[in-house]
Amino acid sequence: MTVNEVKDALHGTYLCGEEHGEVEVHSACGSDMMSDVLAFLKDQAVLLTGLCNPQVVRTAEMMDIVCIVFVRGKMPDQNIIEMAREKGLPMISTRHRMFSACGLLYEKGLRGGASD
Amino acid sequence: MSESIHLTYEVSADDFTRAGEASSSVKRMLKQMGVSPEAIRKVAIAMYEGEINMVIHAQGGHIDVEISPEEIIMTLADRGPGIKNIEQAMQAGFSTAPDNVRALGFGAGMGLPNMKKYTDDMKIETVIGVGTTVTMKVYI
Ligand SMILES: Nc1ncnc2c1ncn2[C@@H]1O[C@H](COP(=O)(O)OP(=O)(O)OP(=O)(O)O)[C@@H](O)[C@H]1O
Ligand SMILES: [Mg+2]
Repeated sequence: MTVNEVKDALHGTYLCGEEHGEVEVHSACGSDMMSDVLAFLKDQAVLLTGLCNPQVVRTAEMMDIVCIVFVRGKMPDQNIIEMAREKGLPMISTRHRMFSACGLLYEKGLRGGASD
Repeated sequence: MSESIHLTYEVSADDFTRAGEASSSVKRMLKQMGVSPEAIRKVAIAMYEGEINMVIHAQGGHIDVEISPEEIIMTLADRGPGIKNIEQAMQAGFSTAPDNVRALGFGAGMGLPNMKKYTDDMKIETVIGVGTTVTMKVYI
């Protein structure tokens, strides 16, 4: 699916990076612990998190993650949005909680990717 | 590229929001140099975990990165408290990070195991009360 389709499935809104909406998403992971996110390589992944700090954007950058979704209606501050914009990283905010957000994407066929 | 390139970074522990800037800069540099995406990811993730450790467990320090045609060597030297038991610190899930660090999304005890996993060689030298030097190598 695409980043746009992720946004629609989660009834979300873009915080930045709308212009990358057609980028393909192949897998997903949900976590508030960045080292857990860093532990497994992912392919064109979307990161769902309730954590709102600049290290979320950095982690995404290091992992070549294609989109960040903030769950529970969390709103990162303007600096964080600016940082993601500079890196060409789309960010989405959704009202759904982590469990439901992951479930909605799973239902659309998205998977966690191969575990190694 | 035939000669090796040497990069140095000062890592400050005062500002958590800036942690990872050195890793980000190295990642961009390697991309410009045309290094393979797999090697770049390994270097970026391992260096980022190490850089975060320097900020949350030590009082900052400096990072040297040497890029040669065959390999990338990262040396992360901090002025922190040192690591009492390296074997224990290397275990997945072991962490002494306090709650405030956990609230920032770190402290899962996965950093050092991740660094080992993503690099071809890793060495830790530590002196209690003086600091820790982590050296990592990735072949390209
Ligand atoms: N540079 C360092 N100086 C002093 N102690 C360190 C250093 N790096 C790691 N340690 C010690 O080793 C432990 C394990 O480190 P590791 O990076 O694996 O986990 P963490 O940093 O606690 O959590 P995570 O990396 O998952 O965010 C740390 O909790 C800390 O006690
Ligand atoms: Mg760590």
